[in-house]
Formats: sequence, C-alpha cells, structure tokens
Amino acid sequence: MTATLVVEEAGGLVTVQDRGRVGLAHLGVPRAGALDGPAAELANRLVGNDETAAVLEVTMGDLAVRATEAVWLAVTGARCPVSVEGRACAHGEAVWVPRDGTARIGPPESGVRAYLGVSGGIAVEPVLGSRATDTLAWVGPPRVVVGTELPVGAAGGAPAAHDAPRPPRPGPLRVDPGPRVDWFAGDALEQLCATAYTVTPASNRIGLRLDGPPLERVRDGELASEGMVLGAVQVPPDGTPVVFLADHPTTGGYPVLAVVRADDLWRCAQLRPGDEVRFARG
Amino acid sequence: MGRGAVLVEVGSADEALSLALWAREARVPAGEIVPAAGTVLFDDVSDVDELGTRLSDWDPAAEPATGELVEIPVGYDGEDLADVAEHWGTDADGVIERHADIEFVVAFCGFSPGFAYLAGLPSELAVPRLDTPRTKVPAGAVGLAGTWCATYPTASPGGWRLIGRTDARLWNAGREQPALLPPGTRVRFRPA
Repeated sequence: MTATLVVEEAGGLVTVQDRGRVGLAHLGVPRAGALDGPAAELANRLVGNDETAAVLEVTMGDLAVRATEAVWLAVTGARCPVSVEGRACAHGEAVWVPRDGTARIGPPESGVRAYLGVSGGIAVEPVLGSRATDTLAWVGPPRVVVGTELPVGAAGGAPAAHDAPRPPRPGPLRVDPGPRVDWFAGDALEQLCATAYTVTPASNRIGLRLDGPPLERVRDGELASEGMVLGAVQVPPDGTPVVFLADHPTTGGYPVLAVVRADDLWRCAQLRPGDEVRFARG
Repeated sequence: MGRGAVLVEVGSADEALSLALWAREARVPAGEIVPAAGTVLFDDVSDVDELGTRLSDWDPAAEPATGELVEIPVGYDGEDLADVAEHWGTDADGVIERHADIEFVVAFCGFSPGFAYLAGLPSELAVPRLDTPRTKVPAGAVGLAGTWCATYPTASPGGWRLIGRTDARLWNAGREQPALLPPGTRVRFRPA
C-alpha cells in the first residue's frame, strides 16, 4: 500500500516542487521547480527515486509530516535539524520512518531552503505536466499547509545510504553578458562584477533582490516588454539588480544587464537576507 | 544572451508574432519560443548554431499564419469607460461601437498566465495607463493601455483603463489548451 504524508506542522512557505514546467512561457506561465535543483535531485537519489520526482521545498520554516505507511525520507539543502519519532537523524541521508511515524525538520541553521524527498515521490496530481507550485501566479498544486494530505507514489529503486556531498562553491556568481548591456554605462558589467551586493529581505522564489550602489543607465524610457530567461539580472529604474529565479515573470520591461550561469543558480536559493553576493564574468 | 538562449529583435509586434508562429510550426530546436512587443526569445536552445541556420529560412515578408477566431462577450460597464470616451472624443456608445468593430490579434502573452496582449487598436485611439494602478482588477476585466487591449484572466493589480467585463474563461489549467487566447488568436468583442 502506498503511503500518504499528513502535514501536522508547517511554518514558512512549504511547496511541492519538481523540475518545473517548460514550453508554456509564451502563455505567461513561469517554469517554477525546485530553486535549489541539485539539493532536490540529491534528496531523490537518497531515497531511490528518479531525479525528476516531486519533493517538498521548505523555506526558512519547520515541517512535521506523519507517514501513514513506512517510507524512506531524506532531507537536503539548507542545514536543519531532522528527527523521526523524536530521535535526531542525519541531514543528507536516507532515514526510515515507520508506519504512522512522524518526521520533523526544524528551521535551518544555515541556508534558506530544505528539501524533503520521500521514496516514491510526492504524487499529487500534475498540473500542465508538472507537480511544481509557481508562487507568481499559483499555477500547480496548492501551498502545503497543516492538514494537507500528500499522496506518495510507489517506491522504485533502492535507497542510497549516502551520497557524495556537494562541492562547496564559494566565489562569485558567474555571469554572461545580457541582451541590454547597451542600456547601461559602458563599464556597467565591470561595476556589477566589482561590487559587493547585499541580499534584501524582499527576495523570494521570483527573484533574488540585491542592495548596492545603483547601476547607471544611459538610456531613458521604457523597454518594450520582452521574454525573460532564468538567471536574468534585471535592473529596474532604481538601479539595484534582481536575479530572476524559477517563478520569474515570463516577460518583463526592465533591461537585463547579465545572466547568471544555470550551474550557479542553486546558490541564490540558499542566500539569506544580509548575505553578501558578488558576480564575476563566466 | 546567457547560454542556450537567443533574443531575436524584429521590427514590430506583428513581425515578432509572425516569427514565433513560424518557428513553432517549423519545430526549431528551442524549448521555449516567447514573442513579445518587438522581440522573440528562444530559450532552452540545444544548439544555438543550428537555431541560427534554421531562422535564416524565415521570410519576414511572408503572410503570417491566421489563427482561430474567438468571440468574447463583453458587458461594457468598465469604471474608465467615460474616461476612454473622452480620450476618443466620443461617448460610451461610441467606444462600444469602435471597440467591437476591431478584429484584434493576440500578439503575445505575459504578465500572468493567459494574459493576452491584443493588437489592433489604431494609434489615434491609444489611451495612457492610469497614473496610479489599481491594487485589484477583477478577473474578466477588459482594459486598454496604449494601443493594447487585454482581458484579465485572474484578479490582479493593474494600471489599464477598464471598459468592460467578460465571463469568458480565459485561463483554465485543467484544459489541454489552458489559455483561451494563445499568441496568434484573432479576437472580436461582442457587446453582451
């Protein structure tokens, strides 16, 4: 019998995420998907799932789920306390939860978003080909709250006991030039890469919002709306950059100075307000 | 721009739509083809060089494919109807008559799922956006901004001048075609 996860506590934003939906940007649908993709994939590998299975993304909060049947769980991403039936368990390893057992994850000690993978994957009904929840327009499964019952799929592969930890990648976010470099002063890319920015509390799944000395525009007026890519460093009139993340609007009217490399985007998911961010030419 | 994405600049929204429809039909190697006001974004491109070669086959002068015609019933009772009438130098009936007489085309979608930017309003009927956007525009509202017309699929903030409201279901994630008005669709408004 397949299990159901019954949510008993949910603080902060908790959503179901997978790799997101592609091919619908021309209808105005953001891609969504786990903000820290490698952490979500690791959680799946640890419990024997395909990397595309749906997981829970827990943002700066805590979560308690009761499993109606025995399951393997794994918590990855932001470092946070994990316990099953009150006993502390390892972060980043598969843990066994007995039938009717409750697993709990606490607020992160570092990082922002933790991922909970379950053997068989979260099996809510897909919406437009994906189980990811988009928080810009709320396409996808509803937000996970106390009382939500999450069906779990049939377990597939064998759980891996452990996995190689992710390589630390200190250093700056690598960027390529964006399509509207010519809207800014000649040295704007150099300025972007020479500045220590600070993450602001307005950051979310839509964008990583940064504070720092404003980037100077040389062109006034409005840019006609154009398609936006994941990782776009968009610069609104106040001159402070926003890095577009998974739930970004599909079109936008502010010029894009640079684009963060896809491989570095997961780090944006784990930066806290007040953290320093630097960019470098990729 | 970035790796695996190409932004193509064209002369107008018409050309952007025409290129996007052509590229979709031609199945060029891109996961996303996003037309906008003067550009087409090709994203999740597996082979940028191949995309470039394929796009060189596009003929900007070719007649664009004609989309399906959708009729939208409208109750013309928007809060800004009188305002728009003043901009157009007519009265409410005059706005209804002119608006319902235009065949619009969905140039592109954006802002929110299923939010279609409808081209077709002549430049002399352009109306400015509101100075202060409304914090909430109801779903189904029909509005104008510049030479664009749009219907709000879901309630959201908005700065467009509202002339009416429709009951048409513009967005339904449960449908195989979730957007009633994808790019290329021809649209006529019918006074309800």
